[in-house]
Amino acid sequence: MEKQSPESIYFFGTCLIDLMYPQAGMSAMQLIQREGVRVIFPQDQTCCGQPAWNSGYRDEARQVAEKQLALFDLDIPIVVPSGSCAGMMKHHYPELFEGTVLEEKANAVAGRVWELTEFLVDVLNIQLDDLGEPVDVAIHTSCSARREMGVADKIEQLVGQLENVTVLAQEYKAECCGFGGTFAVKQPEISAAMVEDKTAAIRDTGAQVLVSQDAGCLMNISGAFEYQGDGPESQHIANFLWERSHGK
Amino acid sequence: MENDTETRVAFEHPEFKVRVVDALKNDRVRKNFRSAMDGLMRRRLDMFDDAEALENLRTQSMAIRANSLSRLPEMLEKLEAKCIENGIQVHWAETTEQANDIVLKIAQQHDAKSIVKGKSMVSEEMGMNHYLEEQGIECLESDLGEFILQLAEEPPSHIVAPAIHKDRYQVAKLFKEKFPDIPYSDDIDDLTKNARTILRDKFYSAPIGLSGVNFAVAETGTICLVENEGNGRMSTTVPPVHIAVTGIEKVVEMLEDVPPLLSILTRSATGQPITTYFNMITSPRKDGEKDGPKEVHLVLLDNGRSKIYGDPELIATLRCIRCGACMNHCPVYVRVGGHAYGTVYPGPIGTVLEPQKEKGLQAHGELTQASSLCGACGEVCPVRIPLPKLINRLRYEGNRKDESSVTGAGSRRKTSEAMIWKGWAKAHSSPGMYRFGTNAASKMRGLIPNKLGAWTRVRSAPKLAEKSLHQLAKEEGIDHE
Ligand code: SF4
Repeated sequence: MEKQSPESIYFFGTCLIDLMYPQAGMSAMQLIQREGVRVIFPQDQTCCGQPAWNSGYRDEARQVAEKQLALFDLDIPIVVPSGSCAGMMKHHYPELFEGTVLEEKANAVAGRVWELTEFLVDVLNIQLDDLGEPVDVAIHTSCSARREMGVADKIEQLVGQLENVTVLAQEYKAECCGFGGTFAVKQPEISAAMVEDKTAAIRDTGAQVLVSQDAGCLMNISGAFEYQGDGPESQHIANFLWERSHGK
Repeated sequence: MENDTETRVAFEHPEFKVRVVDALKNDRVRKNFRSAMDGLMRRRLDMFDDAEALENLRTQSMAIRANSLSRLPEMLEKLEAKCIENGIQVHWAETTEQANDIVLKIAQQHDAKSIVKGKSMVSEEMGMNHYLEEQGIECLESDLGEFILQLAEEPPSHIVAPAIHKDRYQVAKLFKEKFPDIPYSDDIDDLTKNARTILRDKFYSAPIGLSGVNFAVAETGTICLVENEGNGRMSTTVPPVHIAVTGIEKVVEMLEDVPPLLSILTRSATGQPITTYFNMITSPRKDGEKDGPKEVHLVLLDNGRSKIYGDPELIATLRCIRCGACMNHCPVYVRVGGHAYGTVYPGPIGTVLEPQKEKGLQAHGELTQASSLCGACGEVCPVRIPLPKLINRLRYEGNRKDESSVTGAGSRRKTSEAMIWKGWAKAHSSPGMYRFGTNAASKMRGLIPNKLGAWTRVRSAPKLAEKSLHQLAKEEGIDHE
């Protein structure tokens, strides 16, 4: 899996990070740039199309995804700071465009997609110096990073490089936080039961910071912490890594 | 029923949402499921300490099931011919009504007023107990879990452990109420012993035994039955007539196919290397033999399955060997339990199978929304059914505009929702419009209400950033091409 660092990469920021966690997107790009890689952020990017895809609106998903396919003409990696959006582009674009004129293009794009933590570890072989104060963290790995992308170990490896960071054990760690995109709105009661259990398990660790590689989970979990008025600070992994290794 | 209000979920309510809310607020049910599922997950894990061996066995099991399904009509013909040759009478039922009718006719031929049953999910699918009882034939459940549920007048909440929503104290209370002469005990061994005593008599007097089928082997015409309590063996050997009911998908090609499937089934289901009993039934009692039923019937039920067979993607649904692992690992199932689904098969496999049965997406399409698509089910399924992928496909079938071969395609489409997605697609496929929209949203973020329907019932409203990533990237001079 180990590859040589490419000269440049495309960065696909995802719509959630665009609107809610832009600093995480900036941090991710800065981490990659610091490794001597040129980052291209196509200004015409919007959303990978996953919300519609997961809701069963395939024509609408295709309409949006088609526009993204046109953004990545150079044969360079496409880095995505989200397990679920990366999963969409890597695994579902080929399905979505199967049998259409864009099939080949979709397959080519899919083959170049990397989830951020996977890219930092497997391609850039990044080495992080921890400049931060000692801190206890809990990690929440999104289900798509864990199962669809199979990269749950990468975030652990990255955090593990930080000398002053202690990762605390967590009950039901591999269980879904209850976000699931439109699931949280379509089945709010079940989603609520899930996020309540998830926040309790994370709070029980006593961690000061929660990190995750997916903005969707973060929005869900941190929203619940805030509502409950008790819980750790939440950070996207890119943000956390950049701040610790660069100084705030 | 007053004896057990604590674990009674409103399973009869026609609305999914009502059943879900009722289940979620029932702390005892939730606790029972959590601890039972934790146990089942742990036991399964203990069985598979070699991850690579597990993945190989999953691949092999998938291939075995996929092979017999790819040639389903041929396999079924072979099975029928072999069974007839062996003296087993074969019956075909397209619908559950037909299947019930077949069982009824057999009972009538034998003047039977009662049937003793081993565990069978297909008989649940048929609603057989109810049907026969209306015709004056009593069905006696002999599986301990099913026996408990029959006393409590509740349906199964799990396909392998049907009474898993009840803890032993509730069972003890139920026994005390139904059998006041037996001294109270909430010890599991005592409860099992008591049930056995009650049931044993019934076996000797029942004229017909009925069972399900785990695998039906085409090569030899053998009905395989996996069980732990010996009630399956009793129901299929003691009464003079044995009726086995099964879905048509349970056929496998060869006897050789059975050991790997059996091994992965029991380990995935209950974390056992093998069950206490494994029955292989190949013929009725032969001349000179001292025991076994004089007649064996095999009822093969379709109920929407041949339609599933016809779809190259959805056919994977039929690979299922009913181990229950997908529900044991499902974060939705573990919280709402089986009854909230309101269907015979709950959990991820129910979510996929139920909307594809005879009544289609109209009847149970809503279940496809009850998944966060976390993928835990697909990860453990012993025959690698891509359950999340199939759920996604069925969501699409429910919402699509045009016709398709899936029953009820398009029946869940709501104009209002379709309009929203149309607008969404338009906004996200025009970069200029998207940037304009996100800029405007960021600028006016103070105006966003802090109550957003269901989301803010347990969470604070999401907060938009002051500037979008598009803006920041531009300001920081990140290349855009
Ligand atoms: S779908 Fe897979 S995991 Fe679920 S019951 Fe069937 S075989 Fe078992």
